[in-house]
Amino acid sequence: MYAEEIIAHYEKPHNKGEIKDPSISLHENNPLCGDDLTIYLKIEKNKIEDVKFSGVGCAISMASASMLTDFIKGKSLGEIEKMGLPIIIELIGIDPGPARLKCATLSLRTVKEAAFLYQHKEVDEKTKEL
Amino acid sequence: MADKTGPQHEFKVENIRADFPILKTEMNGRQLVYLDSAATSQKPNQVLKAMDEYYKTYNANIHRGIYRIAEKATEAYIESKVKVAKFINANAMQEIVYVRNATEAINIVALSWGDANIKKGDHILISEMEHHSNMIPWMLLAKRKQAVLDYIPLDKSNSKLDMNGLNKMLDKNPKIVAVTHASNVLGTITDAKEITKRAHKKGSVVLIDGAQSAPHMKVDVKDIDSDFFAFSAHKMLGPTGIGVLHAKTKLLNEMEPVMGGGDMIKSVQYDSYSWNDLPWKFEAGTPNIAGAIGFGAAIDYLDYFGMNSIREHEKQLTEYALEKLGAIKGVTLYGPDVKDIENRNGVIAFGIEKVHPHDVAQIFDAEGIAIRAGHHCAMPLVTQRLGISSLSRISFYLYNKESEVDAVVDAIDKVKSLFKVK
Repeated sequence: MYAEEIIAHYEKPHNKGEIKDPSISLHENNPLCGDDLTIYLKIEKNKIEDVKFSGVGCAISMASASMLTDFIKGKSLGEIEKMGLPIIIELIGIDPGPARLKCATLSLRTVKEAAFLYQHKEVDEKTKEL
Repeated sequence: MADKTGPQHEFKVENIRADFPILKTEMNGRQLVYLDSAATSQKPNQVLKAMDEYYKTYNANIHRGIYRIAEKATEAYIESKVKVAKFINANAMQEIVYVRNATEAINIVALSWGDANIKKGDHILISEMEHHSNMIPWMLLAKRKQAVLDYIPLDKSNSKLDMNGLNKMLDKNPKIVAVTHASNVLGTITDAKEITKRAHKKGSVVLIDGAQSAPHMKVDVKDIDSDFFAFSAHKMLGPTGIGVLHAKTKLLNEMEPVMGGGDMIKSVQYDSYSWNDLPWKFEAGTPNIAGAIGFGAAIDYLDYFGMNSIREHEKQLTEYALEKLGAIKGVTLYGPDVKDIENRNGVIAFGIEKVHPHDVAQIFDAEGIAIRAGHHCAMPLVTQRLGISSLSRISFYLYNKESEVDAVVDAIDKVKSLFKVK
């Protein structure tokens, strides 16, 4: 499961940081295992102009966030809406299995939720806290 | 398969392992190394056979069956309680209430004794080292009654409960003190006898959570003098779904049952009822008969080697592991120091620098080693008191051996090299 590429992304994650004035940002966590993630999206004309993430977690969650944020740059919100587990499996190169599903998909779930909130302008309490 | 009953026998780990079919399982091409007995223990053939025999040859409901196999089932069920009573040195099987697990035992005390005795503004005292099972029932009770929940502080310097802190908390005159006998995270064995003595001086009722102690050491409820003692069969070679609430007869007589139904009443009229004798008053409905019979066989198995021999074996294994793991750079160990082995059981929580415990557990799994990672159902202890998000944990039982500790050391090396930890 721990291919060189996963370890490399975990050690030197891409797109790690914050966007000062994001179109939307969203914080999510897996309290049971301590994974903690915030996604910042810069959206223009319904396309992901820029994306960054911050947080802490296991190698699987952090590497998948690093790879996913690379992948979604330039993608449309419609394309993001259609993304599911297969994208994550393709990116990280392994099927995380039931035990690690939550870690592997944390970034995707957060990106999709953020894109959804952006489209529906439903910036909830969670977002205001940030 | 040897009949593991009768007088005590010499402790030989290879002979013991032969009784546990699961230990022959292959995981990723290697023999399973099972180091998660604090979560649940494995089961020997003797326990499986006893339950199988019940279902195959004398399956019948207990109490009042006027036919041979029902009598046999009733006898086996009661005999299991007699064994348990003897195992913890209770006065009689009347003090042994069968429940689902330690969690249910504690909840029954909080619901029955708690609702009758706790009033607004009363204090309830637990410790900072509790499993959620000995925390949430008291949080719920405190909320129902607007009572105050206090905590005996943990002394982080030695991973023990702060006994001066205990005195300060006892000055608030708590109605009940509920404390673990052994921590499932730190491995700390608490001085249950001393805590009980001090609490009784203040007039408090005492509950001891023995989920992590009863499987691993000689427990004597008379010596501790606890009012309530809770533990689970599945952590001590028995099946899941059966556990024990031990309580002093006087308390059980005073308490109202939490659940009503068949078997727990003596007589019922349309406008009244009277409770059955102890312990049946607290066991509404058909109980876990097969579970009780399996539990009885588990007690026989433990008695066959003796709890002192089992404790000695685990102590040696824990010392060996603490020394080996303690020598690895980048590894942090939690719980009492190896020099304080008398006050710790076979639970070792650890962290590897820079590596998330879930990654550690996953790499261990690839090596065929089963360990646990997370907050171990003691979230405030791990996240608030120790200040970390989660931990990896290995835990031992009578069937573990030194070479399995060596496998842990090798697996840690693997984690370190994968994650380039120096």
